[in-house]
Amino acid sequence: MSPSTSSPTHTVRVKYFASIREAVGLGQEEVSTTAATLGELRAELIARGGVYAEALAPDRAVRMALNQALSDSTATLTSGAEVAFFPPVTGG
Amino acid sequence: MPQASRVSIQNADFDVAAEIAALRAGDHRIGAVCSFIGTVRDRNVAPTLAPRGGPAAQVVPGLAEAEPTIHSMELEHYPGMTERSIEAMIDQAHQRFDIFGARVIHRVGLLQPADQIVLVAVTSAHRGESFQACEFLMDYLKTQAPFWKKEATADGARWVDARVSDDAALARWGISAINA
Repeated sequence: MSPSTSSPTHTVRVKYFASIREAVGLGQEEVSTTAATLGELRAELIARGGVYAEALAPDRAVRMALNQALSDSTATLTSGAEVAFFPPVTGG
Repeated sequence: MPQASRVSIQNADFDVAAEIAALRAGDHRIGAVCSFIGTVRDRNVAPTLAPRGGPAAQVVPGLAEAEPTIHSMELEHYPGMTERSIEAMIDQAHQRFDIFGARVIHRVGLLQPADQIVLVAVTSAHRGESFQACEFLMDYLKTQAPFWKKEATADGARWVDARVSDDAALARWGISAINA
């Protein structure tokens, strides 16, 4: 595929928890995205502006999970993936 | 022999004696049982900033003398991932320590001061392994399992902040965490 070809669009399920869920105002949504990685998806959501830009801001402590495993921003997204954004955990 | 449930996430309270009895049942190899129970405090002291030029981290002073300010606590989790992550950490405990069984129960929903939150119980032949595995499981749970606490106080509700000291506790086991 040539570099000029845009990335394919795929659909992922995005979940939000705790303070991030409250800030965004919903628990989950389907997102149609061209993001190849978790980090790109986060940037895409931030680009929506408003509550997304605030809740997922780069300087906020946001943890990410891909298919229910803690992951970093380089993790590769696939169609149908389950992604989650949440603050540092405080159980126990 | 059917494998008894190792992990439960539930609203209901739990009976520590009944859980330990079930964990020990029929296993005459067991010579040690170690359990930890986490409960809801009615007070918290916000971590203070280290003094300029002082140590990076310090013991939070005065918790015992602090005013009771927490009316209730709400616990949220990530259904599916929470159970998976705790199952994975029990697998790790079995690899690291010579233990026979482990049981983890974590409550979610609305809790009151003095309520039980979490139970970790471990069995082994000798005490050392179950003491260690129990502490390992709690350190892991604190920083890796997706739970979030929200405290209700007279000034309103606030999400509890993660503690750097919990990451440091996990680091003792050679696991680097970036939770707090």
